Amino acid sequence: MRSSVKRALAAFAAVVIAIIWAFPVYWMINSSFLTPLTISGLEPTFLPFGGTLKNYQEVTTETPFFEALTMSIMVVAVALVVCLTFATLGALAISRFRFRGRKTFVLTVILVQMLPAEAMFIAQFKMISGLGLLNSLVGVSIIYVAMVVPFTIWMLRGFVTGVPIELEEAAMVDGCTRIQAFRRITFPLIAPGLVASGVFAFIQVWNEFALASILLTDDDAQTLPLWLRDIAQQSNLGAPEWGQIMAGSVLVAVPVIIFFVIVQGRMAQGLVGGAVKG
Amino acid sequence: MSIVEPPDLDTVEDPSPSDAPTRRPRRVRARSPKLPYALVVPAVGVLIVGLAYPMGWQILNSMREYGLPQQFGADAPWIWFANYTSLLGDGFFWRVVVRSLVFMAGTAFATMAIGILLALLMKAAPRWARLTLQMALLLAWAMPIVAQMTVFSWLIDPRNGVLNYLLTQLPGIDMTGHNWLEEPLSFFFVAAAIITWASVPFVAISVYAALTQVSDEVLEAAKLDGASSRQALMYIIMPIIRPVLIILLLLQFIWDLRVYAQIQLLQDFGPKGDDYDLLGTYIYGLGIGQGRFGLAAAAAMIVLLITLCVSGFYVRELLREDAR
Repeated sequence: MRSSVKRALAAFAAVVIAIIWAFPVYWMINSSFLTPLTISGLEPTFLPFGGTLKNYQEVTTETPFFEALTMSIMVVAVALVVCLTFATLGALAISRFRFRGRKTFVLTVILVQMLPAEAMFIAQFKMISGLGLLNSLVGVSIIYVAMVVPFTIWMLRGFVTGVPIELEEAAMVDGCTRIQAFRRITFPLIAPGLVASGVFAFIQVWNEFALASILLTDDDAQTLPLWLRDIAQQSNLGAPEWGQIMAGSVLVAVPVIIFFVIVQGRMAQGLVGGAVKG
Repeated sequence: MSIVEPPDLDTVEDPSPSDAPTRRPRRVRARSPKLPYALVVPAVGVLIVGLAYPMGWQILNSMREYGLPQQFGADAPWIWFANYTSLLGDGFFWRVVVRSLVFMAGTAFATMAIGILLALLMKAAPRWARLTLQMALLLAWAMPIVAQMTVFSWLIDPRNGVLNYLLTQLPGIDMTGHNWLEEPLSFFFVAAAIITWASVPFVAISVYAALTQVSDEVLEAAKLDGASSRQALMYIIMPIIRPVLIILLLLQFIWDLRVYAQIQLLQDFGPKGDDYDLLGTYIYGLGIGQGRFGLAAAAAMIVLLITLCVSGFYVRELLREDAR
């Protein structure tokens, strides 16, 4: 009896906290559908009934949204392809081979993840501007790949180590070369790992603000986070157009939320899915 | 940085390396000794270009006079540690350092405390309630930093913000038109609240994952031996999940020290000025704002040193994991 009361209380508390935690996200979505008139009323509107898509329409047409979206997609694509390629090779090296300098490499990969952007961005800015690569896809991509490669290596390392080397060796006994053994045996088995770490890298690059704000200063080279800051800042000069700002926030956040949900499932799959059972 | 920095996910949640705990992964010597090096060359290359080179530049220029005249081609003379000594002799720099450290510690401990409580709550609640809570946490976790800041700016908007409205509904409180960002202390409280909101999900979900590793039999046995549930928590559960808690706390320290984006954005949408600076925005102002790159480089080196001190322990834990 006592324990069932306890459980009910815990359930109640969990639901209340869930509502509090999700509220800002709900409020963002809710406000994005309200007209300027409703939003500036004295009473907040808690449900988006009678909502409008006007905010979305205005925020995408009256601002350089599609330019920013294109830039974001290009940056993400370049950074992801390069990062995943480099990281797979690096992860193979550290989880498959013994070699002199391996410890140093692993230590570097770990240490570099601790580097705060704050401690580096002045120097990175000077380097990229010295190379004449400010406001360019190449410049920001170099910095982003360097930013995400270490953790991607570290994450893939776990997945590669999870595929016993005996499997590759067996394939080689059967006549595969090392590269074939990797391509046919290991690669398919670490594919979920590639997806998971790819999504994590995607989220990092898509959301990145600090470095973008100093490397991409031109109006026509902005990624989506910079675009969102811009519309919020501009409208802050007058009376903020909160409906539009929230619509913009939804547009930036939704891809991340979707990928996040995917990766959670993938992670769980990577954890339980015993791809290697014998 | 932000919502996800998954090295930790790997350590904390991903049992794939340790799932078969008894079997040590075997590493071989490559037939061609050059192969492993060829594999790491691309990664090492990009790290050299993107990080090592700027780092070298920073170390060198933190010891040179490098201001606006040097921007336009004047010589940058070596002044060795003069940049450092002038920073360390500057009362304002110290204020920013102390402010950043206090902010870091406060936010990190608040995040840990709330995260652990939520994890215990998830353990106690029935499945459907736990899943509801986890979904809500996931939503908050997934929010991009810029969107977090715009949304909270809207929530606390003095004129139409829902927070002031709701608080005013409470008897005896009138918050109409209250500006939460005006007072520096209140500004940092808002920043800490937003960061805590965004980082609690990771802590709660990780601690919950650790809690599920504590076997029910052990707890059952403790109960039979007469342990109260508080004793079980303090003497059985806590020691078992201690390693996870330590790693999480260290990560929070590291992340809450580097909150440039959040502070910068909150300043963008609210007040600006020295009183609202933490280390990140301070360095930005020094370097990119005023063009005093030598000083900014020295300040960045000091931040790096602080981070290294904090993360030394964390690195040790991760290396232990690699050796497993």
